[in-house]
Amino acid sequence: MSDIAERVKKIVIDHLGVDAEKVSEGASFIDDLGADSLDTVELVMAFEEEFGVEIPDDAADSILTVGDAVKFIEKAQA
Amino acid sequence: MRRVVITGTGMVSPLGCGTEVTWSRLLEGRSGAARVTTFEVEDLPAKIACSIPLGDGSDGTYNADQWMEPKEQRKVDPFIVYAVAAADMALADAGWHPKTDEDQTATGVLIGSGIGGLEGIVEAGYTLRDKGPRRVSPFFIPGRLINLASGQVSIKHKLRGPNHSVVTACSTGAHAIGDASRLIALGDADVMVAGGAESPICRIALAGFSACKALSTARNDDPTAASRPYDRDRDGFVMGEGAGIVILEELEHAKARGAKIYAEVVGYGLSGDAYHITAPSEDGDGAYRCMQMALKRAGIPASELDYINAHGTSTMADTIELGAVERLVGDAASRISMSSTKSAIGHLLGAAGAVEAIFTALAIRDNIAPPTLNLDNPDVETAIDLVPHKARKREINVALSNSFGFGGTNASLVLKRYA
Repeated sequence: MSDIAERVKKIVIDHLGVDAEKVSEGASFIDDLGADSLDTVELVMAFEEEFGVEIPDDAADSILTVGDAVKFIEKAQA
Repeated sequence: MRRVVITGTGMVSPLGCGTEVTWSRLLEGRSGAARVTTFEVEDLPAKIACSIPLGDGSDGTYNADQWMEPKEQRKVDPFIVYAVAAADMALADAGWHPKTDEDQTATGVLIGSGIGGLEGIVEAGYTLRDKGPRRVSPFFIPGRLINLASGQVSIKHKLRGPNHSVVTACSTGAHAIGDASRLIALGDADVMVAGGAESPICRIALAGFSACKALSTARNDDPTAASRPYDRDRDGFVMGEGAGIVILEELEHAKARGAKIYAEVVGYGLSGDAYHITAPSEDGDGAYRCMQMALKRAGIPASELDYINAHGTSTMADTIELGAVERLVGDAASRISMSSTKSAIGHLLGAAGAVEAIFTALAIRDNIAPPTLNLDNPDVETAIDLVPHKARKREINVALSNSFGFGGTNASLVLKRYA
């Protein structure tokens, strides 16, 4: 797993209080990890803070899984 | 009007986590006051407070993780966790865990707070200033709103009846219990989870209340002696924190399920001073009318009062309350015991009236008046027994609990032994 993926995973574990093994690349924040809509807003804010990127609202709406977040951040930092 | 009884209690207090542990320590004469060590107090005039004893949950310590998952705690101010903890305890104590649609809709929640999530508001303010609006958490608002204590308790236990809250400064807890009792009396609910919660031990609250000249500042080096209601050397209140929750229940509902009954809520009075934003009117008129209304509702003459849990904050206002009580009870003064438990636990602001109503119910249950600590030299002479230093065993069948708040908002509850 890339450095970005590891850091995303850690944020998800910390914020949602879920076990590390559940946080796979395809895991959906809401369907698999128990997040609600406010949790996802906070997650996106945490990603922005951690990686120094801006995630506009329309982009945030399409970040539904751990993998979505990793891909967006990789692209934004490229 | 239907009759209302108390069938469960729960609390988180500076003397411990739980009603019975708090009560036994209160009767032993223990104080919850200490120098604040959790944040910088050097530049604050008041450096002491009555904080909840933290720990792993054993020996009366409070362990927030037992009551709310850490990831959920992060989203709310401590006052909400205190309320959830005390409500869990109260519901368990009452043995009331509604499962059917009918029982859930017949059970409501009415928990208040004087100020709510003060510290969280300060922190969000720093975030807004330093990092901008995009960094303000989506949990900022729902984690600070005062009625979210009622909301969280309702969600956790699926209580779908009236969901309400009270914000009347230091009268909050008493108003919550009084108003919730009325909802049951009028038939809007059969059971209410009611009380108050507060988490004001933070820099901004100590700074703000110091600026109001409300806090004790003379005994930073002798914290347990600082809260001294009625004593001539008192110089202000000591900040406390915690939550008190009662389960109020319609009498026949309680009897039908064989619930234990602490006491009956027989009277509730409310009044406004219409005088000053922080000081009570000097003639004690608001307090007097409030107590009088509560007794009238109870249909009990003042001469039958056995015990009064005073508002008694350890400020100059103590003698005003005492004067109002003397006017109320007249020649019966010598039969009355009146104590201020704030001498031991400090002032829990919006939680005070609820915690003190529970103490009042326990005074009836156990026939004992809890003490007024540090009352070495009474400021004024009175025929009323102010229960100095030591708890007093005595018959207590009818008791009144007073709460008075900034803005001149007053509440009195009258409880009676259920027999």
